[in-house]
Amino acid sequence: MILLWLILIPFFGSLLCWQAERWNQQAPRWIALGTMLLVLVTSLVLWVGGDFSPPGVSESPWLLEWRVPWIPRFGIEIHLAMDGLSLILVALAGLLGALAVLCSWNEIVQRVGFFHLNLLFIMSGVVGVFLALDLFLFFLFWEAMLVPMYFLIALWGHSGSPGQTRIRAATRFFIYTQASGLLMLVAILALVFVNYSNTGVMTFSYNALLDADVPDGLAFWLMLGFFIAFAVKLPVVPLHGWLPDAHAQAPTAGSVDLAGILLKTAAYGILRFAIPLFPEQSQAFAPVAMTLGLVGIFYGAILACGQQDIKRLIAYTSISHMGFVLIALYSGSELAMQGAIVIMVAHAFSSAGLFILSGQLYERVKTRDMRQMGGLWGRIPTLPGFTMFFVAASLGMPATANFIGEFMVLFGTFPSAPVVVVIASGGLVLAAIYSLLLMQRVHFGRETSQGQLAGPDAREYAMMLLLLGLTLAVGLNPQPLLDTTSSMVQPVAALFSDSAGLAVQAEEVD
Amino acid sequence: MMTAATILSFLLPLAGTVMLAFSGERLGPRGSTFIGVGSVGLAALATAWALLAYSGASQGVTLWTWVAVGDFQPTMGLTVDRLSLLMMAVITGVGFLIHLFAAWYMAGEAGITRFYAWMNLFVFSMLTLVLADNLLLLFLGWEGVGLCSYGLIGYYYQHEANNWAAFKAFIVTRIGDVFLALGMFLIFVELGTLDIGQVLEQAPRVWAEGSTTANIAALLILGGALGKSAQVPLHTWLPDAMAGPTPVSALIHAATMVTAGVYLIARLNGLFLLAPDVLLLVGVIGAVSLLLAAFAALAQTDIKRVLAYSTMSQIGYMFVALGVGAFDAAIFHLTTHAFFKALLFLSAGSVIISCHHEQEMDKLGGLWRKLPVAYAGFIVGGAALVALPLISAGFFSKDEILWQAMAADQTGLLIAGLLGAVLTGLYTVRLILGTFHGEPGSDHARHPEPGRNPFTHHLPLIVLAVLSTFLGAWLYPGLGELFPAAPGETSDTSHTLLQVLATGAVIAGLALAGWLFVMRRQWLHSIAGKGAGARCWALLNRAWGFDALFKWGLVRPWQWLVRGLRFDFINRGMNLLALIARAGNAGLVRTQNGRVRTYACVMVLGVTVILISLVLTSGGGR
Repeated sequence: MILLWLILIPFFGSLLCWQAERWNQQAPRWIALGTMLLVLVTSLVLWVGGDFSPPGVSESPWLLEWRVPWIPRFGIEIHLAMDGLSLILVALAGLLGALAVLCSWNEIVQRVGFFHLNLLFIMSGVVGVFLALDLFLFFLFWEAMLVPMYFLIALWGHSGSPGQTRIRAATRFFIYTQASGLLMLVAILALVFVNYSNTGVMTFSYNALLDADVPDGLAFWLMLGFFIAFAVKLPVVPLHGWLPDAHAQAPTAGSVDLAGILLKTAAYGILRFAIPLFPEQSQAFAPVAMTLGLVGIFYGAILACGQQDIKRLIAYTSISHMGFVLIALYSGSELAMQGAIVIMVAHAFSSAGLFILSGQLYERVKTRDMRQMGGLWGRIPTLPGFTMFFVAASLGMPATANFIGEFMVLFGTFPSAPVVVVIASGGLVLAAIYSLLLMQRVHFGRETSQGQLAGPDAREYAMMLLLLGLTLAVGLNPQPLLDTTSSMVQPVAALFSDSAGLAVQAEEVD
Repeated sequence: MMTAATILSFLLPLAGTVMLAFSGERLGPRGSTFIGVGSVGLAALATAWALLAYSGASQGVTLWTWVAVGDFQPTMGLTVDRLSLLMMAVITGVGFLIHLFAAWYMAGEAGITRFYAWMNLFVFSMLTLVLADNLLLLFLGWEGVGLCSYGLIGYYYQHEANNWAAFKAFIVTRIGDVFLALGMFLIFVELGTLDIGQVLEQAPRVWAEGSTTANIAALLILGGALGKSAQVPLHTWLPDAMAGPTPVSALIHAATMVTAGVYLIARLNGLFLLAPDVLLLVGVIGAVSLLLAAFAALAQTDIKRVLAYSTMSQIGYMFVALGVGAFDAAIFHLTTHAFFKALLFLSAGSVIISCHHEQEMDKLGGLWRKLPVAYAGFIVGGAALVALPLISAGFFSKDEILWQAMAADQTGLLIAGLLGAVLTGLYTVRLILGTFHGEPGSDHARHPEPGRNPFTHHLPLIVLAVLSTFLGAWLYPGLGELFPAAPGETSDTSHTLLQVLATGAVIAGLALAGWLFVMRRQWLHSIAGKGAGARCWALLNRAWGFDALFKWGLVRPWQWLVRGLRFDFINRGMNLLALIARAGNAGLVRTQNGRVRTYACVMVLGVTVILISLVLTSGGGR
């Protein structure tokens, strides 16, 4: 039941925010903040009390499970379940949701209620995605995330250069994700019907479909359907076109949500659905996926270096970082997959930090064009120091969570794919280049205009300090996080070695 | 007791950083200086305590397990043995003196808090580097010092050139770091551990001597060492790094960080002994670097750049020592070099501040009467740099290196070392003459303001000067038993012969310098001014053109790539779909033109097509 509440709290909260605007401009903000914190606290309580040791044979792998029939005729249930990975991601969503509310405290002044309605709606959808085990329900939540995000960008976004309007960016975002979602729906339906014709049972249940016996050729296409849907969201080059525009045009809160959580739903989907549902096909697909990951690392990095809009730069760095995640997910190594989860968390912190900082910069200098910045180190107290920290995190400085994640991925992937690791390591140099370029262009150099600008107020300072502390904490002691997710990751990694073993056996038989 | 002292010594600078970083300028210049210098001073005291409590055995302490997934279990673990204690003593001892001097040097600059926050963080990172008991934690310190170096080179952030120098330093060393990281991956896969002790233990069991994997592993680690220690070909960042404040150059780019590569190779000596070819390569790179840099130092006009190339050259000597398997000699030279190069840099800093930030030799000169303390520092430090026999610290360590090269029958390396000694004499004399003798080249040099503070100015210089004499060499404890036997221990080559040779090289260098720069000054000037001489000067001044090589070989192609891709052609490609949809739309819109005649025509056409196709298909059916 508590799982249902995790979804319903933001949902009801959003409706409340919407109406609360009638009596007070500030009310929606406080309600939204409270809602987010409630989600965060609930998940933290679950985390502290939870037992995440690997389950025995007969035990359920889930920490919590909630299941009621919904549309019995098609075998659709409301089936929610939580394990270590979903718990971590729900907590992350709560945290970043709270930050998203906080960072738009002064930025959003129009239609405050509706803004927070959308913000909380996204949260509701995201939490649903992380908890849903019924494939139909999963698809529902997957689509439910899109619409409020569309409004967030279209209504409160910035218009950049001519031709780069926020409406255009929002539409592009919507079409990309909608089209890919459609592919996933087709794949889900095909899977369900194949299973139906095999067993005579119509069900969308994850557990039942795990055992579905799909013919090899078809299975590959279905796997591809899932993969493409997630690849658009991750994003994987060449399906990344929506991301830079969406980030650049979205309000700060939108960017924080996008980079911090929405991208993570994709990695979660691959880990939860694409690989376990189709292990052999994923294994066969792994070289392609890893190559795409490599392309993403380099393409994202090169493009990041060419950007003049600070938010576009950060957006392209996300593509580069997610390349590491993609490589790790298809490496079949537990170490690398755990590393991918650490990167997901780390990237949520560091990119949220950088996006919030660029929002704060925008409030002060009224531009996102780095050519008009420069020399800000002397003009703004404290913020440049924080920027330096998150830039360091983004380039994978040891002691930050990003370093641990990237290096776990590289260490874990090296035995199975040394060439991929050697090439990917080149990305570490590029990461240093694009990260420091941000520093060079924004905070160093000659001042473009005179005058001291305001330092961070308590709200801004607290947000930055929190993210900084979390990045360091995970970087220096990631073990609590790893212990939480290991019981989820181990079986998935084992799938790879099992199917590899099967393939070897098959060859031997031949 | 000792572990407590050790932990204290590396936590104190960290505490200093945290206090300074979160002070938000509330401390003011005095408070920041107090905390920044004080924390390193206390760290030096803690190190002294650890030295006193040291029992002779190496001790480890594991703070916590960093990550534990399967076999991958790096820890936050420290090891204290003689080598790391020695490094700690150098880092905190010399570091403290430099911090103290910085209190004088940086007085009145904006951003003191930032300066000391970076400096303290640097000391912390450097201590982590030498104390780490596993490669991943070592890498933390390794990258940490790089970041601090970046922050401090770009300290005067409003000057574009400084920022790009900082950027270049970080990126070039990062390239080396990637090699080191790859080395770690390989070592972990092959040996199943990252713990340095276990790596050294396992390596001979898993790898045969001279096996390909051992060679590759050693090569990758060497790549990391080359970047940090500014050896050919990853050396180009060091001269530019002189853009930072002079105490930074003294601490990071002379005494400690740039010697991290030497430390790394010495620490992983067992690995390199399994790859004799790579070990020899270390020596060859060292010899090439020492000669290249010594020649380049001859043609610099900025006193700090002379010292930078000289640093590169001296680290080249250390690499030569490593290359012949004389690890102890390399660490010996590392120690004495830390003393005398810090002294030279601080003396240069004294000159620079006294002459209102003038550091071009052309504009200095004639300062020896007016800046006696700095002059004395240059004389003593310069003597150690050229390895003046018997009275300087540099003589003992450099002599050891050359002797080991001779004992190892590496005649090529020995000759390079001796030739380097001659060149060192040349550029050192040129530096001292150009700065302190002759006519002042500018008003700044005519009316210098000498440093007067006995505590923050004189004291560091005097202590370092004392350490740069033979007394400093005596302080070196000798780490022989920590390393495999050096070639000199088993050889019966005459040490006296080598001492005569080395002394001869030094005297030759000084004599040649005296003749060239004093007697034939005008002649030299005219030769360097035109024709082949001028071209030669330009080549040396640009340090053999490595910068241009990298600029056209790497930087420009990269920039072209970035510019070419800036507009995201893949995304444009995806837009084609949208264009096709639009074109389709435009095409179909035409059919909706509202004319009945067209509609009728199209309808008839359509019906005809359907009928024909029906006839054809059903006809085929029958």
